[in-house]
Amino acid sequence: MMLIPCPECGPRNENEFHYGGEAHVPYPADGGAHLSDEEWARYLFYRANPKGLMAERWLHTAGCRRWFNAVRDTVTYEFRAVYRPGEPRPRVGAAADGVGRA
Amino acid sequence: MTSYRLPLAGQGASALGPDRDQLLDVTFEGLTLDARPGDTLAAALLASGVRTVAHSVRLGRPRGVYAAGVEEPNALVAVTGPRAEPIATATTVEVHDGTAATGLWGQGRLDGRPDRSTYDAVHHFCEVAVVGAGPAGLAAALAAARTGVRVLLVDDRPAPGGSLLRQEEVAWAQRLADELATHPEVTHLQRTTVVGYYDDNYLVAVQRFPAAAAGTAADGAEGHVRERVWRIRAGEVVLATGAHERPLVLAGNDVPGVMLAESVRAYLLRHSVLPGERVVLFTTHDDAYRVAMDLLVVGAHVVIVDPRPAGARPVLAGEVPTGTVLSGCVVTGTLTGADGALTAVTVASADDPAGPTTELPADLLALSGGWNPAVHLYSQSGGELVHDEQVGSFLPSPVAPRRPGARRQRVRVAGAAAGLRTTAEAVHDGRRAGAAAAGAQDPVDAQAEDRPAPPADGLAETPRPPARLHLVAPDGVDPGSLDTHFVDLQRDVTVADLARATGAGLGSVEHVKRYTTAGTAHDQGKTSGVLATAVVAQLLGVEPGELGTTTYRPPYTPVAFAALAGRERGRLYDPVRTTGAHAWHEAHGARFEPVGQWLRPWFYPRATAEGGEEDLAAAVARECRAARTGVAFLDGSTLGTIEVAGPDAGAFLDLLCTNLISSLKVGSVRYEVMCEPTGMVLDDGTVSRLAPDRFLVTTTTGNAARVLDWMEEWLQTEWPQLRVWCTSVTEQEATMAVVGPRSRELVGTLAPDLDVSPDAFGFMTWRDAPVAGLPARVARISFSGELAYEVNVAWSDAAALWDAVWAAGEPLGLTPYGTEAMHVLRAEKGYPIIGQDTDGTVTPQDLGMGWVVSKKKPDYLGKRSHARPDNLRPDRKHLVGLLPLDPALLLPEGSQLVEEEVLVEGRLPAPPVPMLGHVTSSYPSAALGRTFALALCRSGRDRVGGTVAVVVDGVAHRVRVTSPVLVDPDGDRRDGDPGAPPWSAPSARPAGTLRTVPPTTPLAGYRDRLAAVAPDPAVLSLQELAPRRQLDLRVRPGTPAAAAVADRLGVALPAATGAVTGADGLAVLALGPDEYLLLADGAPDHPALDLAALRAALGGDGAVTDVSAARTTVVLAGRHARAVLAHGVAVDLDALTPGRCVQSLLAQCAVVLRGVGEPGTAADRLEVLVRSSFAAHLADWLLLSAPEHAR
Repeated sequence: MMLIPCPECGPRNENEFHYGGEAHVPYPADGGAHLSDEEWARYLFYRANPKGLMAERWLHTAGCRRWFNAVRDTVTYEFRAVYRPGEPRPRVGAAADGVGRA
Repeated sequence: MTSYRLPLAGQGASALGPDRDQLLDVTFEGLTLDARPGDTLAAALLASGVRTVAHSVRLGRPRGVYAAGVEEPNALVAVTGPRAEPIATATTVEVHDGTAATGLWGQGRLDGRPDRSTYDAVHHFCEVAVVGAGPAGLAAALAAARTGVRVLLVDDRPAPGGSLLRQEEVAWAQRLADELATHPEVTHLQRTTVVGYYDDNYLVAVQRFPAAAAGTAADGAEGHVRERVWRIRAGEVVLATGAHERPLVLAGNDVPGVMLAESVRAYLLRHSVLPGERVVLFTTHDDAYRVAMDLLVVGAHVVIVDPRPAGARPVLAGEVPTGTVLSGCVVTGTLTGADGALTAVTVASADDPAGPTTELPADLLALSGGWNPAVHLYSQSGGELVHDEQVGSFLPSPVAPRRPGARRQRVRVAGAAAGLRTTAEAVHDGRRAGAAAAGAQDPVDAQAEDRPAPPADGLAETPRPPARLHLVAPDGVDPGSLDTHFVDLQRDVTVADLARATGAGLGSVEHVKRYTTAGTAHDQGKTSGVLATAVVAQLLGVEPGELGTTTYRPPYTPVAFAALAGRERGRLYDPVRTTGAHAWHEAHGARFEPVGQWLRPWFYPRATAEGGEEDLAAAVARECRAARTGVAFLDGSTLGTIEVAGPDAGAFLDLLCTNLISSLKVGSVRYEVMCEPTGMVLDDGTVSRLAPDRFLVTTTTGNAARVLDWMEEWLQTEWPQLRVWCTSVTEQEATMAVVGPRSRELVGTLAPDLDVSPDAFGFMTWRDAPVAGLPARVARISFSGELAYEVNVAWSDAAALWDAVWAAGEPLGLTPYGTEAMHVLRAEKGYPIIGQDTDGTVTPQDLGMGWVVSKKKPDYLGKRSHARPDNLRPDRKHLVGLLPLDPALLLPEGSQLVEEEVLVEGRLPAPPVPMLGHVTSSYPSAALGRTFALALCRSGRDRVGGTVAVVVDGVAHRVRVTSPVLVDPDGDRRDGDPGAPPWSAPSARPAGTLRTVPPTTPLAGYRDRLAAVAPDPAVLSLQELAPRRQLDLRVRPGTPAAAAVADRLGVALPAATGAVTGADGLAVLALGPDEYLLLADGAPDHPALDLAALRAALGGDGAVTDVSAARTTVVLAGRHARAVLAHGVAVDLDALTPGRCVQSLLAQCAVVLRGVGEPGTAADRLEVLVRSSFAAHLADWLLLSAPEHAR
């Protein structure tokens, strides 16, 4: 049972949260009208899925119902930073095993 | 029966206590045992001379008691009474009067009788958790406790002391435990095993209650729970888990009469049981000499076999008879008698195990090859293990883990678990670790340390490391022949088996484990794991350290599924949500079906003339006929309802829905579909415009939470600039659908203020008007194609509405109908159910609902995808209707559709068979007088009028493809029966008046039972509060709107989530950064809680919604209030002080908890605000969890 640091509520059990996939994948301006089919498919279906540090979205479903972003190490599951939507991805050190991308 | 029970046992600290002469009624396979209070079943078996207890799983070899604790590999028993336990180790079963058990052949069988025992769980929070109450653990816990932090000490044995066995040692342990008990912040649990160590210092432990296991505890009393799962979140963990003795591998080392040496001593000193009278002690190190000393004291005959040369053996203070130490020798094998138990051992020179042997008669062979630190939990925590030559086993790595994925948690290992050998070292190490875990400097120097005096047996204070010996076998012998040299006794894995694995090329212990099953039994290799590594290393010619050990995984000891299930079984398995009219449905004979977590009326069977009861088909046909020809009503309260408010609400819904919503007029209703950006249908429902800046959106029953999350996701992450706020009001309003051509008469009668004429109250509009004297919003929405009215009242008025409508509708033949009839009625009209007729790969166009997709809007979620080539293919699967040519054939839902052309003489050809789609809904129809179905079918709309085949159990049936709309395709019936005379309103209508019906709280039916739980309110009381005004306020802090609202309320808004502010009779709870719950506090209402005034104060820069009926409040008060809630909520309740609130899950229900009184005092008071539909589930849970804490 991971302890996830909600920016509003503090650390809470992981079963209070929903995972929201990779962060910083903005909805294209004008709803993608200007995008080619391939570009639109990239927005819909393609994600980086890195080994190491990853910025991702979480929702504190059973608590404050706020979405937030987190930089998490996908190797160790460690939450390295949490921040609010719209804020830039904070800089954190390399992943624990040196395999991540800062 | 020979008794091996001694009158006393030297300086042993007896576990038997003052009742040691009392004989308990304990039987094993019919034999009455010498069992005393404080015995384990294994002790009683040994005391009674039972040597063969069980048989091995694979080879069926007789096995006896081998160890004295959780590491036992052999003595597997089934406890048959008084409370069954299908499989257990005799060494951990505490006996009681009436305990009955039998031996097992390696595995147990589930007892067929229902388990009447109670199991539950509790959440615990502490700064320091110490696992193990031996010398190191006790010292650690006390050092931490003295700093004042919350300390949890957990130990699996009945009493503290760990491996300490002498009177003065155990007295020391008890003294430390007594001091711990004086610290109020310490929780000390015995008989509690930490079975798992998970992420972020989350420990799971199982506590056992002997009285409940014996079946003697009264329900609801303390200890009535048989096993309790502790879910522990610790800031720091100290693992003082001790060590397990390591056996030695030799020929026939599994026979009854072979035991671990220190376990022999434990039976002797704890239980006054002498497991054998002629003992051969085969040891590679000094510690086991202490076993010999204690055996000699009670007069046993002891021969020590030690592979080390004579000069290496320790000097003993006591008198050892000449010739009892055979130095430089090894035990090579065992000899057995007719009963398969040990009669003698063979001894040879350590230098030449194949040389001449001497036979020594023996009824007990005690083995000790050293100690294996119990590093299981440390390994589970992610910690890395390294092989230590001195210890001859694996130890926690002193350096940070290198393994990918490994993360060092906040954990320390102390005492024997860290490889220390003496009590003095362990105490010192534990105290240091405990103080450090609590963040304190170690204040006491080692010399002045409080520790038990070492036994005066003359054994060295600092023992030497064990001789490096694991396997006794002649040099050069084929290891494949060593098929009685057992490594894993429980799995019957021998050296020969390991040799077969390495011979097959397996070079990793993980692979060998899986190939041979070594280490995979209930004992998880506690005695065998290190031996297996050592033997495999020997076979491969490498060092054990190079080979490493297998990864330890939870659980450390076996856990009953019943314990893990806890309270979440039977009716409490998952929350059951019920509507405000649930009692009415029950009283009127409804059969219910689960829909998501909801329990909805399925159908209402009536008595038949024959004295029986209608079946589903008959009841549904009758209910459908009533809805199509007369008047019927349905509980629609389970539909999700979301208020979407704010100046940009219309624009927001335009983006979310495929059709145009912002053009909707106040007073009107529109059907809507929401898609994901992929273009696939997410949900459908209706939107009612309540005010220029307020909409009410309904969702399907199962999708309510998902749609609200969906809205919040887009608002919070993509469009934060939109001034829109969404609030769930599902439980604020109860919804009744009144359906059928005669529904106008009924609604007209009940709502005299409402002009129900078709011209004044058109389809897809809504009006505010009292219904049956209750404030209501009535909408003309139909999910059946018939004239229909949706009546919405406050959730707390549901019971009154149902009673009134039922009374008024009787003359018209009003019929209640359930979900099954609802499904038939909607399917006859071709209305899809999202999630039944769709599956996440279906677009609105696929459903034939292109009309709900705007061509004009610049964007909506899904628009770009609706232009993707794949979504424009003409051969996509379309929703169609199906009419089997056999009108009585009911197609099973999920049946596959195929082209008739592929059939060979009416049957399916060999696979693969191209599939066209599948049946999504299928019913018999009273209106059609036949069966029909809906299906998703490739190019379905092009096939209308043609036929396809549907395969049922391998047989193909012809069906005609039709439009999905089979009843009233032109929509003539939505304003009523077109053949009926035009509506004329009654000429003289009485003026409607609002009745003052007292609202019904969700737990009205529980009031007496909740009150009866707790007789002493200072200890505990449970009570549902009377209804009170509750508003949900959304406003961004720091804005002028927030200031204006605070001014209007006369209360400052709380500064942070979880804070509460208040004034006289008013409380403001911060649920989130821009969400506040406004509560009338102490009275039903408060003048500041005025919707219109607050909306005016917000001026469009926020929203406020009435949620008075959406939640009810249960107050738990008294000293034990928090203890009750800790069973169900995983938040630290110590932090829920007055002025704090928290949203979390309690008994799996979403709740808001509010602290009102001082924790832990008689004045303590906690408010639990629970959604109305979950209230009954929560009350059921409280009625089970609270009684234990009521006294």
